[in-house]
Amino acid sequence: MRKLALPDEILLSIEKPARYIGGEVNAVMKDKESVDIRFCMCFPDVYEIGMSHLGIQILYDMFNRRSDVWCERVYSPWVDLDKVMREQHIPLFALESQDPVKEFDFLGITLQYEMCYTNILQILDLSGIPLSAARRGEDCPIVIGGGPCAYNPEPIAEFFDLFYIGEGETVYDPLLDLYKECRQNGVSRRDFLRRASRIPGIYVPSLYETTYREDGTIASFAPIEEGVPAVVEKQVEMDVTNAPYPESPVVPYIKVTQDRVVLEIQRGCIRGCRFCQAGMLYRPTRERSLEILKQHAERMLKHTGHEEISLSSLSSSDYSDLAGIVNYLIDEFQNQNINICLPSLRIDAFSLDVMSKVQDIKKSSLTFAPEAGSQRMRNVINKGLTEEDILVGASQAFHGGWNKVKLYFMLGLPLEEEEDRKDIAHLAEKIATTYYDEIPKEARAGKCQITVSTSFFVPKPFTPFQWARMYTPGDYLGFAKTVNHEIKAMKNQKSIRYNWHQADETVLEGIFARGDRRVAKAIRIAYEHGALFDAWTEYWNYERWVDAFAEAGLDMDFYTLRERSEDEIFPWDFIRIGVTKKFLWREWQRAHEREVTPNCRVRCSGCGAASYGGGVCLEKK
Amino acid sequence: MRVRVKFSKYSIMKFIGHLDVMRYFQKAIRRAGIDIAYSEGISPHMIMSFAQPLGVGLTSDAEYMDIEVRTPIASREAIDRLNRVGVEGITVTEWKQIPQDKASKAMTLVAAADYQLRFRKGYAPKLDWQSNISHFQAQKSIPALKKTKKGEKEIDIRPLIYDMHVNAGTVYLQLSAGSEANLKPELVMDTYLATLGITPEPFSYEIHRAELYADIGREGKRKLVPLGALGHDVEAAVIRNDGHNDSHDDCNNDNCSDRHNDSCDDGHSDNCDDRRDVTCEERA
Repeated sequence: MRKLALPDEILLSIEKPARYIGGEVNAVMKDKESVDIRFCMCFPDVYEIGMSHLGIQILYDMFNRRSDVWCERVYSPWVDLDKVMREQHIPLFALESQDPVKEFDFLGITLQYEMCYTNILQILDLSGIPLSAARRGEDCPIVIGGGPCAYNPEPIAEFFDLFYIGEGETVYDPLLDLYKECRQNGVSRRDFLRRASRIPGIYVPSLYETTYREDGTIASFAPIEEGVPAVVEKQVEMDVTNAPYPESPVVPYIKVTQDRVVLEIQRGCIRGCRFCQAGMLYRPTRERSLEILKQHAERMLKHTGHEEISLSSLSSSDYSDLAGIVNYLIDEFQNQNINICLPSLRIDAFSLDVMSKVQDIKKSSLTFAPEAGSQRMRNVINKGLTEEDILVGASQAFHGGWNKVKLYFMLGLPLEEEEDRKDIAHLAEKIATTYYDEIPKEARAGKCQITVSTSFFVPKPFTPFQWARMYTPGDYLGFAKTVNHEIKAMKNQKSIRYNWHQADETVLEGIFARGDRRVAKAIRIAYEHGALFDAWTEYWNYERWVDAFAEAGLDMDFYTLRERSEDEIFPWDFIRIGVTKKFLWREWQRAHEREVTPNCRVRCSGCGAASYGGGVCLEKK
Repeated sequence: MRVRVKFSKYSIMKFIGHLDVMRYFQKAIRRAGIDIAYSEGISPHMIMSFAQPLGVGLTSDAEYMDIEVRTPIASREAIDRLNRVGVEGITVTEWKQIPQDKASKAMTLVAAADYQLRFRKGYAPKLDWQSNISHFQAQKSIPALKKTKKGEKEIDIRPLIYDMHVNAGTVYLQLSAGSEANLKPELVMDTYLATLGITPEPFSYEIHRAELYADIGREGKRKLVPLGALGHDVEAAVIRNDGHNDSHDDCNNDNCSDRHNDSCDDGHSDNCDDRRDVTCEERA
């Protein structure tokens, strides 16, 4: 029987003790004496969020296939346990062995969104690992970061020994082998890091130095030693069909956000929306074969006992055999009472037909993501969705029996004007009008319900909008007010609901997304003053962040309100993702001309991802 | 066929709440390939009900759930399959066929429970707390404050205590249970200790549920039998030879006609979930 790290008295007095006991179905147990490397994989948020993440399950499965590695998991202790652990000096532990994280060889932290940065410091702090990588001794695990936020690792560079740039399936084996070799030969931490920096995709921040100009922008960024590469190359798994995939993912006891089998049908996106970071980072688009997807679906359902399966991709409608996979799931599993989720489908005759088979039309809603209200703005952001597409789709949906529609937009986009914001209201009104014009009174199930949601746009590295400025919280709220006001002026305003996001969180997300190494100081100060779970509204405190930046001597506006020039050196310029800065700049110019760039299957735009030699770039036309 | 499943809950599973144990079994039943029946309607759910929820922190050797299966399975095989796909902390110990009528539901039947209570290490009172138990139980009435949704209510718990004795530091309790008059072991113990002037600290007790009973006595005479004793084991031979058994009379599944007719009676093949109701097809 496993001995738990926490005594019963603690577990019985905190919320959801199941977050901390491990032992779930398909959790991997090994004998710690029989492995060479102990890897602790961390998602720096609460268990229910972290357990819903596919990437960790992939790496967990992949590492544990190696007989010399035991990979375990850890998530952020919720605020109730956090307090107890600090008071009673209980070190943070991994779920499987319940051993302290500090005893591990590696602590891998996945970086899925910027607002988790203070949670990283919590993990290190509770583990008893010094926050600064520079102060860690030979007794500390190697702290490694990966995931989308690792594409600009600079604001958190100080806290990590290594970053892994790219998809986890590729160079972890060489890294683990090197670690094993170094340890057997008594090589020091510093020398291991030096040697690791030569593995493609591995970035060791302590081996690089940044200098700044007087205006605060970067003057230079370069390795401080011979033999350390000046450029770090993104790693890509080109054979996604045969790449490892977890056929027995861990099944949590408590309900988590994604409580289902997740079937990743493809990686990447052919669309090239100019605001979308994932669309650029994961180029080139690569599809899994239908045969392997069928096999994964069948085995994962069998091994987990989940009652739901969901497709996952950035744009499922672009998968070349969508009908094949969707019909397979319906034919094979629907009569076994398995729910089928089909997110991110473009609304058209096919998707409406299959959705009517897998959903209860009366209860479910259809989602459109026009992202911008006017055609002019949709051209700016390169969202190849026209007003006609939306209205025709909505009309088909209404005739098919749906009467709930969700619409997602962004506010604060580059080149956006007052009229574009008002057009969000106008588009919602046109959809409502379509319903009342086309569906006769006797065929209606009450009013149509249109929910408009806006988020505020955050420019991200490696997108055509990486040069764009942001706005102040006051400006953002003004934008939302315009939309709200305009919706209230519409004839069918009673059928339209409007939600908007918090504005000040957007500003922080923007600073973390494009910040440089100096930002780390503010993150540390904010953490020391109590910032934690910043992604959770109930713990978010903007004032604390404003104070932290002031105390760190940093100007928030420098990072947000400034449009960048063509020759500015970005903190992330040393990373090569295939898509070139030249292409991104060209797209930024085309945005100003409101020129639409066709998707990868219509015409190659020469973004640079073809250098990886595969995926959509080599598809037969 | 209606089946009563008995299982133990121990080790880390004591931290898993009742609803999550239910979710655990829903998934375990799928993994084990047990052909369970679903409710009708737009969102069908497994037909499954629990005798009496166990509080978080308690362990048990006597948890019961009733389920409805469409394909009969031998008890031994069903227990094997569920334990093979299970976790440490839940062990299925019985699989018994029970009558189909509403009055036979575990939830309705629960009348009493056995508990074993002891002090968590380091929490036992310093003074002698054991010798007065028989005296306590011998009283005519025992007023106690029971927590209700609205606040506290004074009730007489004496008639609800069927037995209470202590042996080697463990208190053995047989208490009234179920929807009508449920008595919690910690309330009995708190009330007893209060008579000695002891107020235990929070988390003082470790409580184990040892059995759940139905009352089959007549004319006000109590006769307790374990819930599992109201059913009988399903033998492999019965299923193999007849292809069906008696409780199948009320099969009303309209999908019956398109079921497979291959009975994979080796009982261990992974394809066992292909083995569908032969009976239904014959009837259809």
